[in-house]
Amino acid sequence: MLHLILFLAFGVVCVAGAVNLLVQRHPINSALSLVVVMGSLAAEYLLLGAEFVAAVQVIVYAGAVMVLFVFVIMLLNAGEEERTKGSRVAMIFGIPGMLVGSLLITWVLLEHSGTQSVAVGALPGPPKTLGWLLFHDYLLPFEVTSVLVLIAIIGAVVLAAPPESARRKD
Amino acid sequence: MVPVSYYLILGGILFACGVAGFLIKRNLITIFMSIELMLNGVNLSFVAFAAQWQALSGQVFVFFVMVVAAAEAAVGLAIIIAVYRTRETLNVDQVNLLKL
Repeated sequence: MLHLILFLAFGVVCVAGAVNLLVQRHPINSALSLVVVMGSLAAEYLLLGAEFVAAVQVIVYAGAVMVLFVFVIMLLNAGEEERTKGSRVAMIFGIPGMLVGSLLITWVLLEHSGTQSVAVGALPGPPKTLGWLLFHDYLLPFEVTSVLVLIAIIGAVVLAAPPESARRKD
Repeated sequence: MVPVSYYLILGGILFACGVAGFLIKRNLITIFMSIELMLNGVNLSFVAFAAQWQALSGQVFVFFVMVVAAAEAAVGLAIIIAVYRTRETLNVDQVNLLKL
């Protein structure tokens, strides 16, 4: 019972944050509601027992990635977005599409996915076990990801560096 | 006890919100945030399925998705900075050329 109450509480906060992201017009407000979504998702992971994933969610997603977003919003001094003709057309099709899509997903899942339920902390994922998996069974993907991150770092530096013409003036 | 389908529904709703934000929003940064929202919805489904089938590899995969998402955010925001430098705008309606 408590599990269901906690799930619903954090789920409502999560969906409210996601809807607020769509409604808000200033990017900084959207970014802060995304932080709310990610924080409550971390709580949902904890309910499922995924401790390590919850910790990484808070540290990497709600921490690092969102700080990067807020930093770029402030760097570019992004103001409120303006409503244009294109976005009004998107709104006519986008919002009903979203509603129909989520209702369809809900209906299909409720009707056809069986009634198997999970207890609190159904599958504990402590850092020790996950670390063992990561460095034994998934060692090659892990190393490939490190190369990917290196490429991403270099790419980000190259892309964000000022262009040649601007540098020559200094 | 909570049915697994409830977690999947929450993930699906988050994904739908992300898709809607991708279509509705006109600000480049907010569109990018909608993509992150979609990734989060998928991650929740991964963890829920891992709990259902008692397979820890689902949680390892979520870890990989997060790493790729972080790399994607770094590169994407760098591209946004480069676009803003040449176009002086973040409105996607005015960013209609791939050429810088």
